[in-house]
Amino acid sequence: MSAAEDADRATTAPGEDVPPPTVDRAQYGLAAVLAVVGVWTVVDSAGLGPGFADQVVRPAAFGYVIGSALVVLAVLLAVATARGDRAEAEAGEDVDLDQGTDWRTLAGLAGVLVATIALLDVLGWAIVGALLFAGAATVLGNRHWVRNLLIGAVMSLGSWYGFYVGLGIPIPAGVLDGIL
Amino acid sequence: MDALLTGLSLAVTPENLLYAVVGVLLGTAVGVLPGIGPAMTVALLLPVTYNVEPSAALILFAGIYYGGMYGGSTTSILLNTPGESSSVITALEGNKMAKAGRAAQALATAAIGSFVAGTIGTILLVALAPTVAEWVVVLGAPSYFALMVLALIAVTTVLGSSRLRGFIALTLGLTIGLVGTATGQPRLTFGNSLLADGIDIVVVAVAIFAVGEALWVAAHLRRRPLEIIPVGRPWMDREDWGRSWKPWLRGTAFGFPFGALPAGGAEMPTFLSYVTERRLAGKHRDEFGKGAIEGVAGPEAANNASAAGTLVPLLAIGLPTTATAAVILAAMQGYGLQPGPQLFEAEPELVWTLLASLFVANTLLLVINLPLAPLWARLLRTPRPYLYAGILFFAVLGAYSVNFQWFDVALLVLFGILGFAMRRFGLPVLPLIVGVILGPRLEEQLGQALQLSRGDVSALWSEPVAVIVYVVVAALLLWPLVLRLIPGRQGPERLADEVDELEEEVRR
Repeated sequence: MSAAEDADRATTAPGEDVPPPTVDRAQYGLAAVLAVVGVWTVVDSAGLGPGFADQVVRPAAFGYVIGSALVVLAVLLAVATARGDRAEAEAGEDVDLDQGTDWRTLAGLAGVLVATIALLDVLGWAIVGALLFAGAATVLGNRHWVRNLLIGAVMSLGSWYGFYVGLGIPIPAGVLDGIL
Repeated sequence: MDALLTGLSLAVTPENLLYAVVGVLLGTAVGVLPGIGPAMTVALLLPVTYNVEPSAALILFAGIYYGGMYGGSTTSILLNTPGESSSVITALEGNKMAKAGRAAQALATAAIGSFVAGTIGTILLVALAPTVAEWVVVLGAPSYFALMVLALIAVTTVLGSSRLRGFIALTLGLTIGLVGTATGQPRLTFGNSLLADGIDIVVVAVAIFAVGEALWVAAHLRRRPLEIIPVGRPWMDREDWGRSWKPWLRGTAFGFPFGALPAGGAEMPTFLSYVTERRLAGKHRDEFGKGAIEGVAGPEAANNASAAGTLVPLLAIGLPTTATAAVILAAMQGYGLQPGPQLFEAEPELVWTLLASLFVANTLLLVINLPLAPLWARLLRTPRPYLYAGILFFAVLGAYSVNFQWFDVALLVLFGILGFAMRRFGLPVLPLIVGVILGPRLEEQLGQALQLSRGDVSALWSEPVAVIVYVVVAALLLWPLVLRLIPGRQGPERLADEVDELEEEVRR
């Protein structure tokens, strides 16, 4: 996706109100991704066996249809893009589309999420959940990181005990095994 | 009737009543809060509710659904930036009313209108759903297959501003639905045994709704605070009542049928209701664009009536037409319940408890929300870093709690990036979610239909209902082409374009 997103930055820079170069080049990136997924779905389907004797619809059938459809749609999207079709980005209460994309915040959140995945099994939910909340809140612009950590800790411990006491499901505790 | 009374007696047991209250409160809260909607909330709660009774979970979901519909209106009246597409129309007049110091009346007509519409809609649902179920139960696999094709095509072509993007979203959803070994052989699993059971719908839904939204907002976070109009306890005087009751009823009349249709949703009926009220306003016509109460009463009623309407195809046929209905369908499948005509025979108690609890939820909405409106308004001031950090926290917890494996969280982030890309490229979310859920069922029905006919494809149009449905599908697909051939017209007018025009007209 990164190539597509780079192109995105180039075409939707803030304050850009000159219409002539209206080709939304990032959409070529999307079309390419769709084509790759489509081709790979067809290839994957081609590798399947004929299925059980009573299977009238072969396991590969849907894959062929859906994969080909993706490729066709990718071509259509590329053509539409070349003809000046632009995406209508989604609006929302907290969304200000007049500004450019804030890549620093996005990268920060991505870092927090990747760290969450990496640490989840080792440290357990009670610790990782607190770090996740505090990290995300800090990246999103709240710099009181001590307070963020405290709120995060309350939330993650609360959810851990909520699952354990309320639902009878012990969430794996990680390094805190035996303490919680 | 007896069945309904039995259901009602089960719905008002203290435990079920508690679930209804929690559902309504939670639903209203998430409806009010920006960034999260009822579909995402239901998705987040799926893993939790697998440990309670199915009926309790469904009551909870019903409360969230109705509450979310209502909460969205509070946001669009007090802030001028509606979050859900179904609230766009309410914002036109509702926010004008609030700015003119009539926020209390706007909230009141929305709340009472929602109650009226929800009650009438639920009565219609109770009357219709069993009848539809009886009618549908005789249909064979070919007709089901056709109905599912219709549902997929309808959510893809009727809503949204670009058909091409609708189909892209739908096909991506179907691709996600392929993953797994449902057919006996691993498809798109990369040889990973964790993908053998397919990708859990909870993970996909939470990723697309919650993580995608959080990332998208983070990238475009509004730095100047939004202007929130303070509000006291909602009330209406005699004149407001006089001006509201007819729009409520007309809005209900628009909302319910559209909700019940396979391409339902609330966008079209709220739009039609607004246009109708403006035309019929008589001496109040000048107030439209400046805060006419009719313009809030009608669309809000239409919005809630359509929510009740969407439950008809969901319960009677097993077809979801909105994102929330799609996630509720996934929940029912998780319980081993198959929504559709058999459900009324197999689980009458569950169905009637659910239907009765809809009345309970609707009444609770009115009782709870009128006094609590100032509190809901305060929720709008939640600091955004905490709001979106909280959304990410619960999203990760929701995905993790499916199997307690980091792998699901990794999938969550991956699909979250997809959700971000979808918002950037204007791809609609609903076709993708419906595609993920209906794709495997579509394949199953096709298999059944062709198995009975031993591979003879003509079996697919061997039932009259299937033929009619295919004609409707063809009409949906070909309609824009036909319009383009009529001289003097430049292709079809899209609902989204018309709403834009309306907005400009009103704002002027």
